[in-house]
Amino acid sequence: MTVHPDTEAVAPAAATGRTRRQAYEARVRRRSTAVAAASTALVVLAIVTLVPLAPGWEAVKRSFFNGEVFAQTFPTLVQAFLWDLAIFAWSVPMITVIALAVALARDARSPALFPLKLFGMLYTDIFRGIPVILVVYLIGFGIPGLGLPRPWNSPYIWGTVALVLTYSAYVAEIFRSGIESIHDSQRAAAASLGLGRADTMRYVVLPQAIRRVVPANMNMLIALQKDVALLSFIGPVEVLRQAGVFKSLLANFTPYVGAALIFLAVTIPATRYADYLMARQRRERS
Amino acid sequence: MTRTTLLSGAAALALSATGAAAQNACTTGNTIEDGVLTIATGNPAYYPWVMNDDPESKEGFEAAVAYAVANEMGYSDDQVVWTRSSFDQAIQPGAKNYDFNLQQFSITEARDEVIDFSVPYYSAAAAVLTRQPTADAGATNSIESLSGLKWGAAASTTAPTMIENLIDPEDPLLLYDDSADVVEAMKANQIDASLFDLPTALYLSAVTLDDGVLVGQFPPALSENPDQFGLVLAEGSPLKTCVDAAITALEQDGTLAALESEWLAGATGVPVID
Repeated sequence: MTVHPDTEAVAPAAATGRTRRQAYEARVRRRSTAVAAASTALVVLAIVTLVPLAPGWEAVKRSFFNGEVFAQTFPTLVQAFLWDLAIFAWSVPMITVIALAVALARDARSPALFPLKLFGMLYTDIFRGIPVILVVYLIGFGIPGLGLPRPWNSPYIWGTVALVLTYSAYVAEIFRSGIESIHDSQRAAAASLGLGRADTMRYVVLPQAIRRVVPANMNMLIALQKDVALLSFIGPVEVLRQAGVFKSLLANFTPYVGAALIFLAVTIPATRYADYLMARQRRERS
Repeated sequence: MTRTTLLSGAAALALSATGAAAQNACTTGNTIEDGVLTIATGNPAYYPWVMNDDPESKEGFEAAVAYAVANEMGYSDDQVVWTRSSFDQAIQPGAKNYDFNLQQFSITEARDEVIDFSVPYYSAAAAVLTRQPTADAGATNSIESLSGLKWGAAASTTAPTMIENLIDPEDPLLLYDDSADVVEAMKANQIDASLFDLPTALYLSAVTLDDGVLVGQFPPALSENPDQFGLVLAEGSPLKTCVDAAITALEQDGTLAALESEWLAGATGVPVID
């Protein structure tokens, strides 16, 4: 008895309740997973075998991947990272409020409010255009130099001010792009319902605009988490500075690798979350 | 008589032969560029170690020491070439772009595992720099009074460790990139005091700060773990023996002491901390 090749293929598929198409797609997926795994393994193998063959590998390993130095410095680095987290935590609410205010100022449509609009434009132009580290230096040393009494001249305060000013400019632009992405018909519809300008902004435009820019703002949060380390230039001994101190004490760069790992432990989950939000938004829109 | 002369002549010949051989090892084949000694210093290099950021002028303590070491090793002044490097470049693995590097590198055990140090060419006293308002507020040369101050320091130096070990301040340290930033923080009243090697502290108090005061010093002779500066060479550098021999010779014939008194102003008048 001859069996038709198709019936043989159909039978198991039918048993698991899948169509032939689904079975085929599963096979293709399995194959591409296998190919991806094999090529990744090859690349990793090549790196693992070839890099140690480099003549300077032993020296690089000693100064960048020194287990002893790592174990000795890592706990202190984690402790120093708490400063980064604290500065981050108290900066974010301030950035959100100021950025939203600046974005609204730039969106002001009444002619009488033109000075507000102009201020918003100047503000974003200036603080988006200056490197963060320069703002940190200028504000962090400059304003306390005016003769403020302690504790109001603390580098923690003025460093935070510098970060908040810079990042508010970035985030304001993101908010503005969100506000502008809401079609004018929404405002028209709100007006026809009898809502005033303020209510239209508050109940119609902003809820949609803010939701739309959440993924972009997640990226800003990740960037901010890294830029907190710039405050080390004006005094605070946070993780980057602590790693630098260990580096010069031990003449070894391993503490920097430790600091990088600590940052990754925070930023990778945050990045994945931002990716997830963006994917969800794509699905909702399509 | 003739015999002894002959013998002593032979001995002299043998001596000069070994002398020439030693000099050959120092002047040929072991430098990064043959017949040239490449010396690195900081960017910028600070007074009074190098005057006007111009080491070729041979002015300033380290510039003068560098030329003296080069001459002792058998290089003429024209065979010395200067380059610049940061601290990180001095300790990173891989090929170096200098034969030796001097920018007040303190010799420590941990650093010695990664790079080679020459024998020390200077032992520095550590001095406490503050401003007049802090001194007026009652800062004195006692550990008790000093530990109540707000301290800052340059992060890549040995100062943070020395402050923690010797003074143990009540408030946490603030750390900065270099001495210029430390002074800026002092002007902004964010810190009261910092620790520098004495020549740097004298310079900062006299030139950079309008109202700088040195309230005290830890002299090297009394300190358990004095701050000693050494030339930095690449790990396993073949020049180490030559450089060590040169510095030892300069120390024994009094050259180092003479250069010290020429370039590093006297530290008398700064009270010792107890």
